[in-house]
Amino acid sequence: MAALEEEFTLSAVPLGAGPDGLLGVEQSDKTDQFLVTDSGRTVILYKVSDQKPLGSWSVKQGQIITCPAVCNFQTGEYIVVHDHKVLRLWNNEDVNLDKVFKATLSAEVYRIHSIQGTEPLVLFKEGAVCGLEALLAEPQQKIETVISDEEVIKWTKFFMVFRHPVLIFITEKHGNYFAYVQMFNSRILSKYTLLLGQEEKSVIQSFTASVDRKFISLMSLSSDGCIYETLIPIHPSDPGKSQKVVRSLVLKTVVSGNARNGVALTILDQDHIAVLGPPLPASKECLSIWNTKFQTLQISKELPQGTSGQLWYYGENLFMLHGKFLTVIPYKCEVSSLAGALGKLKHSQDPGTHSMSHFVNWETSQGHGFESQNSEPSKRILRRRKSETSVEPEVPASKQLLSTIKKDSEKHIEVELRKFLAIKRTPDFHTVIGDIVMGLLGRWKTEPSFYPRNSLMQLIQTHVLSYSLCPGLMEVALEKTDVQMLQLCLQQFPDIPEAVTCACLKIFLSIGDDILQKADVNMESVSAYSDAVQDEHMEEQSEILQNGFNPEEDNCDTCDKELSEKSQDTLETTLCPVIPKKAALLNAILRSAYSETFLLPHLKDIPAQHITLFLQYLYFLYLKCSENATMTLPGIHPPTLNQIMDWICLLLDANFTVVVMIPEAKRLLLSLYKFVKSQICICSELNKIEVSFRELQKLSQEKNNRELYSIEVLELF
Amino acid sequence: MAAAERGAARPTGDNRTSRRRRRRCREHSLRTSGLAPRALPGQSARARGSGAERGPRRSAGIRCVAYNNQSNRLAVSRTDGTVEIYNLSANYFQEKFFPGHESRATEALCWAKGQRLFSAGLNGEIIEYDLQALNIKYAMDAFGGPIWSMAASPSGSQLLIGCEDGSVKLFQIIPDKIQFERNFDRQKSRILSLSWHPSGTHIAAGSIDYISVFDVKSGSAIHKMLVDRQYMNVSKRKCIIWGVAFLSDGTVISVDSAGKVQFWDSATGTLVKNHLIANADVQSIAVSDQEDSFVVGTAEGTIFHFQLVSVTSSSSEKQWVRTKPFQHHTHDVRTVAHSPTALISGGTDTHLVIRPLMEKVEVKNYDAALRKITFPHRRLISCSKKRQLLLFQFSHHLDLWRLGSTVATGKHGDTLPLSKDADHLLHLKTKGPENIICSCISPCGSWIAYSTASRFFLYRLNYEHDSISLQRVSKMPAFLRSALQILFSEDSTKLFVASNQGSLHVIRLLEGSFKHLHTFQPQSGTVESMCLLAVSPDGNWLAASGTSAGVHVYNVKRLKLHCTVPAYNFPVTALAIAPNTNNLVIAHSDQQIFEYSIPDKQYTEWSRTVQKQGFHHLWLQRDTPITHISFHPKRPMYILVHDAYMFCIIDKSLPLPNDKTLLYNPLPPTNESDVIRRRTAHAFKISKIYKPLLFMDLLDERTLVAVERPLDDIIAQLPPPIKKKKFGT
Repeated sequence: MAALEEEFTLSAVPLGAGPDGLLGVEQSDKTDQFLVTDSGRTVILYKVSDQKPLGSWSVKQGQIITCPAVCNFQTGEYIVVHDHKVLRLWNNEDVNLDKVFKATLSAEVYRIHSIQGTEPLVLFKEGAVCGLEALLAEPQQKIETVISDEEVIKWTKFFMVFRHPVLIFITEKHGNYFAYVQMFNSRILSKYTLLLGQEEKSVIQSFTASVDRKFISLMSLSSDGCIYETLIPIHPSDPGKSQKVVRSLVLKTVVSGNARNGVALTILDQDHIAVLGPPLPASKECLSIWNTKFQTLQISKELPQGTSGQLWYYGENLFMLHGKFLTVIPYKCEVSSLAGALGKLKHSQDPGTHSMSHFVNWETSQGHGFESQNSEPSKRILRRRKSETSVEPEVPASKQLLSTIKKDSEKHIEVELRKFLAIKRTPDFHTVIGDIVMGLLGRWKTEPSFYPRNSLMQLIQTHVLSYSLCPGLMEVALEKTDVQMLQLCLQQFPDIPEAVTCACLKIFLSIGDDILQKADVNMESVSAYSDAVQDEHMEEQSEILQNGFNPEEDNCDTCDKELSEKSQDTLETTLCPVIPKKAALLNAILRSAYSETFLLPHLKDIPAQHITLFLQYLYFLYLKCSENATMTLPGIHPPTLNQIMDWICLLLDANFTVVVMIPEAKRLLLSLYKFVKSQICICSELNKIEVSFRELQKLSQEKNNRELYSIEVLELF
Repeated sequence: MAAAERGAARPTGDNRTSRRRRRRCREHSLRTSGLAPRALPGQSARARGSGAERGPRRSAGIRCVAYNNQSNRLAVSRTDGTVEIYNLSANYFQEKFFPGHESRATEALCWAKGQRLFSAGLNGEIIEYDLQALNIKYAMDAFGGPIWSMAASPSGSQLLIGCEDGSVKLFQIIPDKIQFERNFDRQKSRILSLSWHPSGTHIAAGSIDYISVFDVKSGSAIHKMLVDRQYMNVSKRKCIIWGVAFLSDGTVISVDSAGKVQFWDSATGTLVKNHLIANADVQSIAVSDQEDSFVVGTAEGTIFHFQLVSVTSSSSEKQWVRTKPFQHHTHDVRTVAHSPTALISGGTDTHLVIRPLMEKVEVKNYDAALRKITFPHRRLISCSKKRQLLLFQFSHHLDLWRLGSTVATGKHGDTLPLSKDADHLLHLKTKGPENIICSCISPCGSWIAYSTASRFFLYRLNYEHDSISLQRVSKMPAFLRSALQILFSEDSTKLFVASNQGSLHVIRLLEGSFKHLHTFQPQSGTVESMCLLAVSPDGNWLAASGTSAGVHVYNVKRLKLHCTVPAYNFPVTALAIAPNTNNLVIAHSDQQIFEYSIPDKQYTEWSRTVQKQGFHHLWLQRDTPITHISFHPKRPMYILVHDAYMFCIIDKSLPLPNDKTLLYNPLPPTNESDVIRRRTAHAFKISKIYKPLLFMDLLDERTLVAVERPLDDIIAQLPPPIKKKKFGT
């Protein structure tokens, strides 16, 4: 979490800051010491930790400093420019700036840049860049003009990229912005035109930049209060030719749009930027830290006395002019954690106050989690652009997609949808997906030929949909007899009404095998036994007691007599009565959630022969279950024994009178009867065993109790 | 101990071992059950009159709990009439208790007028307890037959009781007394539960098959809400309303024997909502002060948490939702309470369970963990070192055992064959219906003293070869009526008795008689009773501690107060004075241990070091308080302390553990060099071999005696819980 610490002012004396604030704050060669150049005649060296000045130098009356003092890290000298052309070099021991080394240049200097590890660079107002050493060797050398006549340098920054100094400066001409990237070693200068996109009229108020391997990421704060990012390649693909770069929105309305001045931004690290300015029109100025990755406001601090709209960031300190005083706010950013981003405070790990794991809180868990994110101080919808080259309108992607759905072709929708799903998920992702499905269904209603099956499948597989989010979807699938989609819905949705489940069951049972063969059904729940059921008869296991039940040895003599002559009976029951694809679909039904009370009335509507078929299949599954000791079916996500049992009971409850009357169901009922009987036997046996175990436990306890007293040897420490 | 000796003084490596005598006592405290669990009220009421012990003896289950928000204390009553007070601010320490009585089965317990505690029971009496003197202030007959329920008005100034004869009686609470005010309209059957409307204008009363709503002003019933008897389509004989709660919006919540939690509108007398939560009785209900959550307890040992939850995230409409079930009990949950941060439940299985509400807990500390309090936080066993005797205190009798012996030796972990088994020497039954408060055997083994709430008994024991004869010392002085704590001096010549008026009596014991030497009167203005005593082995010093005030040290030779140890926020759980140095070691309920030098009248250097560095965080997180402290006669650096789940030898010569070191480091392997042993060693040597540990003491240099109380034994004595079928459901 980013955090701002207590601010402090560097000097009790007001600085001679002009209306435009300070000229600059620059690092010196010692950490913790900074050169502050005011807009008049003075350069002051501050030690920040001591909050006091170490030295102060002024130019003569009548002269004026035009460029902030910097430190030459290679020599430890300080460099300043006064009256645009006069360079002064001095060090700590010097007292009077008049008596130090002086060089008068032939052109006006815009800035001197100095960073650790390289010699200082001088940027002239005409856009030329020159090393300090070369310049001092021949101060009056001719300086070429790089930029055109009316172009004015607005902002500049100097980086080291792999030990190569790179200088970037932004110029402006008639409201157009240009970026120049100067590779100092190779002396390549590339020019880019910054395209502002739609916000043509906006004026860029502040720049900041960071650099990585290949790109300079230039962030700009526009007068509309938004922050944009422009990626400028360091190594131009086609040097010499003017190229165009676009900017993309990073953060929306971080400062009030009509703030004229006092607006600045600076990049703190990869994900954080500091913004100075009033967050709302007519509010006081604020220093805010934003996380661009999560698009959240991390911390904000009000600066009631106003600022000069300048912000510098070195090390861990933010410098700004607050009122008349130079203020330092230490800034720290710990590694962001999810818990931190969600607002859960991380407790320090000192003993006694260990952090608690998160518990489900019934009072707040209902969607409040999302709200807390949306209720950021100023409800801004922030979205970072994925594409760097195209400037798209800032309609949320989902809205865009919905409009696409309304008119475009099926194919195009699919492509767009894939793109949309690739974007990272927002907290309201599931509702957005629900809206999209409803959009698709809405179009289907008006345009019956339009059936975006693939898109719908894709959406269902996001695992966030539920029946209540897209009530029409399954009805459509039922109408279209789209078994694959129905199977998917049954697998994914947690809240299917029993009526719909039953409708699915009806379709699955009635659908012809030839149609089914063509359908693409997920077979993983039956994969392990599909071959067995199709081709070969199950091996008879008369020797092994199947879950304590052997149909042959059962003592139901009277019924057995009728059946005994037909030896193939047992074989018949061990054959899967349905084709594997149908079995897979039925398994999806078995695995779905239901409530008995609501399911029963609908089960009564199923035709008798289908009921028989389903019962046969369930009985087959039961026999499969009892093959192994764990009483489970092979395969991935098979129905459990309990689910099978419950469905058998349900079906019989709902349709008993019908089933009893059907001659072909007679045999099945008999086997079911035997099987129930065997189950009762098992349960009673299990209960007996349980009681016996308890008695054994009691006995062993009593045995222990007899040893009430003992003498033991114990070696203690 | 012996091994420590070997390590320090005799590095010869001989296989010297310590012999530990260990016994599992049959019962730590035997309480007679006043009520058959889950009996219909009528049956138990009839049985009550007989006064005789019925059925097998069993530990006393919890009948009522009452939480006092003001002082953060919890009153717990058991089926044998014992009432215990737990201080929830002091790590749930059981700081006070009132002994039970055979004829006093409490059915209701409540706090009123701030800190006043009342109970009512099936003997038809309302009892007020004196929390300072730890005795019963008065008992008053309500003349309504057995009392089933009691509730204090929201203002705390009125007390309502529900009686067997169907009457609801209102009492005015006046200073030092209660006064009958009037009867409400008489109902046709007994009133089992009562609840006040928070405004104090109406009450709800649960009876059999119906709930009545009364207007307090007129005393007349304005609604009678009939409860459905049907349960799972089977008509039960009767539906008993075990609990009601009246909310400020006029909703009455009832729990009944058909397993239902029902919400009624008291204005219209209609049923609003019905939750069927159990296949057995729902026996108790408690609502939080904010009325946003409540808890119910069922006969299946489950408690359910209900919360008032918004229907949707945006709407203000809220409804009661059953959110969390907890199963911490094996038997009936007879009673529940709702503190601001925890659900408290107690029942037949004798456990008091404090389950914190995790959403209300911010940081992991003592209060964030589930607490199950099973054992009393005081010592019920005393031992005679000289004769190797153990005296066990039960609710109505004392048992004296002589420890066995062995001639064999062995190595670590061996159980040695006994050459002589332990003997049960004596079974001393009390006279009268009162429970024993405290007991003690003298170190020489020839005296036994015990006390009930109204009588003090002293016995002289004579040993002749294998036989033993007991002789009661008659003619106890009048002032020796009831004692909270009894202690013999090390040489068995003096007896110290802490009476419940705050005074300490010193008595000299002679052969067969005694002489009253002195009485230390409590400091003027205090009436607080002393609960813990410790005497120095040389007999010069006597330390006594009350429930909240500091520890006083008396000079026994000069018979005057020597000093008072600086007061500490948490109650004292154990006290002992070390031999030779006369350092007083004090254990507090927040697991702090102090060592105070009596001659110097200041904390010792070691104690200061400990306080400066602080105890190990795991030590401070322990569950149960230290109940006994003892010392090694030959090793002055050792302090032996124990709680219910561990014992610890504190070696003051070793460095203290810091939070990075392992607190519990069992014996390091012998193949490690001495250097490593020494480096990993720290002052707290903890062993968790015996648990639950009720008592542990050093008999001599090389013998420890430990008394365990296996939980299984307690459970085995309980009536069987409701059987749940595992198969074929």
